[in-house]
Amino acid sequence: MALLAPPTNDTEIAARLSAGARERPLDRVFRYALLASLLIALAFILILLAFVLVKGWDRLDARLWQLQPSARFAEKSGAQSAILGTLWVMAGTAALAMPLGIAAAIYLEEYGNAKSRLFTIIEVNVQNLAAVPSIIYGILGLGLIARALGLGFTVATASITLALLILPVVIIASREAIRSVPQEIRFGSLALGATRWQTTWRQVLPAAIPGMATGSILALSRAIGEAAPLLLLGAVSFIRFNPDSFLSDYTTLPIQIYNWIRDPREEFQVLGAATIVVLLVLLLAMNSVAILIRNRFQKRW
Amino acid sequence: MTQTLTEAAAGESLRRSRVRWGERTIEGGLLLAALVSVATTVGIVIALFVPAIALFEFVPFTDFITGTEWAPLFEPPSYGVVPLVTATLLISLMAMLIATPIGLASAMYLSEYARPRARKTLKPILEVLAGIPTVVFGFFALEFVTPILRNVLPFGGDLPEIFNALSAALVMGIMIVPTVASLAEDAMSAVPNALRQGAHALGATKRQVTINVVFPAALSGIVAALVLGISRAVGETMIVAIAAGNRPNLSWNPLEGMQTMTGYIAQAGSGDVPVGTVDYDTIFAVGALLFLATLVMNLVSIRLVRRYRQVY
Repeated sequence: MALLAPPTNDTEIAARLSAGARERPLDRVFRYALLASLLIALAFILILLAFVLVKGWDRLDARLWQLQPSARFAEKSGAQSAILGTLWVMAGTAALAMPLGIAAAIYLEEYGNAKSRLFTIIEVNVQNLAAVPSIIYGILGLGLIARALGLGFTVATASITLALLILPVVIIASREAIRSVPQEIRFGSLALGATRWQTTWRQVLPAAIPGMATGSILALSRAIGEAAPLLLLGAVSFIRFNPDSFLSDYTTLPIQIYNWIRDPREEFQVLGAATIVVLLVLLLAMNSVAILIRNRFQKRW
Repeated sequence: MTQTLTEAAAGESLRRSRVRWGERTIEGGLLLAALVSVATTVGIVIALFVPAIALFEFVPFTDFITGTEWAPLFEPPSYGVVPLVTATLLISLMAMLIATPIGLASAMYLSEYARPRARKTLKPILEVLAGIPTVVFGFFALEFVTPILRNVLPFGGDLPEIFNALSAALVMGIMIVPTVASLAEDAMSAVPNALRQGAHALGATKRQVTINVVFPAALSGIVAALVLGISRAVGETMIVAIAAGNRPNLSWNPLEGMQTMTGYIAQAGSGDVPVGTVDYDTIFAVGALLFLATLVMNLVSIRLVRRYRQVY
């Protein structure tokens, strides 16, 4: 047997200690049972993806993005307005949620006093908001943004609502990214006479940007898949034109999918499945970008 | 951490430095951004409770909370929220029957058994599951799971309805697995290795360490994970709106269709109820009830997580 390098961590020590021991039958059953549970989740994903792909295969063609939806003929129906609507809403959501969320995270990590009452209130509040059901945000959007602010059922209302929905996720992810920047960097900068903001802006933020970008993109992909709040914000009505401003009527991919799969006719079910594939491809692309940023740019301290 | 920075900043100069207004302005701006989240909560409370209270001027609160028939559009209308609540409870509890064993077992495997490399490939799988839009899960429940329940499984004469609670609950259970697993895994990973090594030194096997040492030590975090899971199940909308049907139904039979609180809000809010009527206010009243229920669960969960963070 070749010489082993000295163990570097506790896990490795434990692994080496138990490597020689014979595993008891009950222990083995237990281990396999745990692994099987995890594999159920994997199998579920595979079956789901295969089912959607097989079901929607015949309608996966250019008509999906070339044509507008039709309630009568599935074969003359596409999702162009929904695809563009999703892009518009996504742009608005990103423009609002990312700066706000990052600014809030900077406040909590670099400025706020962790022992103050206000800090605790903000912190618990963010954690709670992250778990508030999305449809409640729809009610907020309906009652305050669409009606009280008078924005109506527009791209702007949807963007603001979804931005508030993902704000807690952006804040939590950005805080983690900021926290992973070592204290020594800040001390060094302050010792050279930089002010707190100069330290944050020139040292902490550049180092934290990859982490914040990854977290924000993942949060944004949650917003793209979200349908429940938009049900209350007028996206359900049949939209056969593309949005051309933030004050346009709109629909989005998840809502278009919902409309189609509620139709009992088989050809609309197939159309719904094909549109799901488009949505999943969009999400996959965004997630890949997020992972790429994480792997390429994240610094290891 | 913030504390040490404050101390460092305090000692940075012997002379009192002049007030930098630019710095002050920036700090104020950042605080405002942080306060947006507080404003969101205030906004939610106003948006929900003002119309809800308006409803209770027409419908006595006790009728709302104890009434067993929900039919706001019928003549005469009836505003008993109990059927929506029981449907929500039934579906959430069934979902948790799936999510609890699978989620906790996955967490145990990832935290205690998986080698670092296996963990690196297995964890993203759960994240993929968490990233699938719920409308897709709803489609899968209605078009894949329900036909299997109706055609393949032997229910005898008691065939599940096309829209049924069981199919929605099964899929919702899998949907919640990542929520439960990732929080529970955090809690188990936070258990100090000294505890594990002590038990191993006494001759305990890995299974015994996992069940008798790690599990109890991480219990508060595990309970937090389960509570958050229930909270997600109660608030989930699209799966039930698509697969469980839109019929208020006071029944504990999972083979029947039924409407949850979220299902009602989705159906009524998407245009079935005329704006500015009593019926319209019901959306907000049901929403207020839903918000309060999830708020209590979230706060319990947050408190439990803070507790184990303090212990270790």
